[in-house]
Amino acid sequence: MNKQKIAAIAAFFLAIYIGVPWAIAASGRTDFYYTLTSVALLSIASAGVWLTFYIGRINIGQGAYALAGGYVSAILMTQYGLSFWTTLPVAGVFCAVLAVLIGLPILRLRGVYFAMVTLVLTEVMRLTALALPVTQGAKGITSIPLPGELSLFGITLIPDFATLENPKIGFYWMAVTFMVIAYAVLWRIVNSRLGHLCRSLQQNEELASSIGVNTAYLRVIAYSISSFLGGIAGASFIAISQSIYPSSFQVTDSVNFMLNCFLGGLGYVFGPMLGTLMLYFGWDLLFTTGEYQLLIYASLLIALMLALPNGVLSLLDKKKAQP
Amino acid sequence: MEQILVNGLYLGAQYALIALGLTLIFSLMNVLNFAHGQMYVLGGFVTYTVVAQFQLPFIVGLICSAMVLAIVGAMVEKYLFRPVIKKSRREESTMLLAAGIAFFLDAVILLVFGEKQRGVPKIIDGVFNWDFIVIMPYDRILIGCLAILMIAAFILFMQFSRAGRAMRALAQDKVAATLMGVAVDRYAMFGFALGAALAGLVGGLLVTITGINLGMGGPASIKAFMMIMIGGAGVISGAIAGGFILGMMESVGLTVLSEYGDITYLVIFATLMVFLSFRPQGLMGKPWG
Repeated sequence: MNKQKIAAIAAFFLAIYIGVPWAIAASGRTDFYYTLTSVALLSIASAGVWLTFYIGRINIGQGAYALAGGYVSAILMTQYGLSFWTTLPVAGVFCAVLAVLIGLPILRLRGVYFAMVTLVLTEVMRLTALALPVTQGAKGITSIPLPGELSLFGITLIPDFATLENPKIGFYWMAVTFMVIAYAVLWRIVNSRLGHLCRSLQQNEELASSIGVNTAYLRVIAYSISSFLGGIAGASFIAISQSIYPSSFQVTDSVNFMLNCFLGGLGYVFGPMLGTLMLYFGWDLLFTTGEYQLLIYASLLIALMLALPNGVLSLLDKKKAQP
Repeated sequence: MEQILVNGLYLGAQYALIALGLTLIFSLMNVLNFAHGQMYVLGGFVTYTVVAQFQLPFIVGLICSAMVLAIVGAMVEKYLFRPVIKKSRREESTMLLAAGIAFFLDAVILLVFGEKQRGVPKIIDGVFNWDFIVIMPYDRILIGCLAILMIAAFILFMQFSRAGRAMRALAQDKVAATLMGVAVDRYAMFGFALGAALAGLVGGLLVTITGINLGMGGPASIKAFMMIMIGGAGVISGAIAGGFILGMMESVGLTVLSEYGDITYLVIFATLMVFLSFRPQGLMGKPWG
């Protein structure tokens, strides 16, 4: 790792932990906390989708796992009185196990078949949430408690969110920290042996398996890591909104997770993060245009795709190639 | 029982027509057209405008909606999909474009036609009643028959016309078709236009019965995806089979499962997952086609 990279990472940390709160305090736009927190959490889910792209599968089913993770966390908190910090890993692991069970059959599909089946999966999860008694159907689960105190050996690591003067900034820091961890893990995976094997799957699955790569096992592993991230994102999201409904994550959200990856660039680990930021902020900023919001947003998407079909981060490549 | 079958046939005929357009576009360009549902809604609104506002006969509305959608489809292919497919490193990138087009059409429909539910007056009144075994309004029978006629016309066109043969060749093997002198670009554009026109026709047919509103696009796309998954993507017979199977399942499910609440689609989805784990390419699809 060279100096330039370390400097860039340090600048990024400074910007998100100190720069953003300072800028918000200076401008007085505290509503940006909620926006940025959402961006951070959604980008975790998008990171999962990106990982499935990395093994050459188009995943439009992340909304299903975000919803499942959210419900697991909500049910454990409201009905069993567990703390948020316990339910978070449980939600993640639940989604990972669910992904293994669902993934074993459906990961045999490829291309658009996999894409369509995952799209349908989102709809299945929504209908399941509507039909099951434990999820309370369309009423959803409301008044979920704020995350409590997390302490280890009597030392308070994270204070109770209810006692915080400004829980918004607490949530922001929590979401950003999760995002940093998720992307660090993703970056580590991509640059490890597992990542190289995943790349071989993306390029040519038959060739990879003929060399002796256990493709079935790898696919399921990558898919369950992806769903783990989706579950974590979903569970954190409902802690902020303090409510969950079957419509909390639906097909549109699943499609958006996928679009985030495309927009940022499929060949870049940090692509989904940038993509989420651009899509979410772009949508929010266009709010002032009223009824033309969707029209301008869609035109911009199409224009971006025409200009940069390989994602926004492919701009960096051109710079490198030119001199 | 007979009633369920007739309902299923009626639903299936419309579904098959939607799936045909989607599968045609997919087989020619390997593009999953996310905007198919929106195209269908647009077709419905065009028919509504022509029939209810300009007071023209229904058949004019149908032709107009097919024409408008064909033009939209051709433009979308020529100016959006073709350049992106040429420049992009991974062919999945077209999905972002397709989703963008879906949003765009949604926005255009919202601005031009508004968000209200629209419908046109019934074409024919009266109800067909066969001894209370099968009860079916006449307009539904007419629409069902029209849909089946169109499917038949489409198959004949694909089998026996020069353009149809060119498109089938393209779907089978793009390189070989190019070498044999098929004008790939022209027929890709023509195929896209034809697929979009089919979506417009279904929209025009359905506006007489269920009416049309902005929110119908997304669910229609999902249903169309399911049909081509059942039948196999990129295969015409598969799309038709998928459409009729889904229509039948929906009709049977709504009757049999009604006492358990609204779980028909949950059951259909679950069945589909199990089915696909045994036969990933659908009923008639090529493996990994």
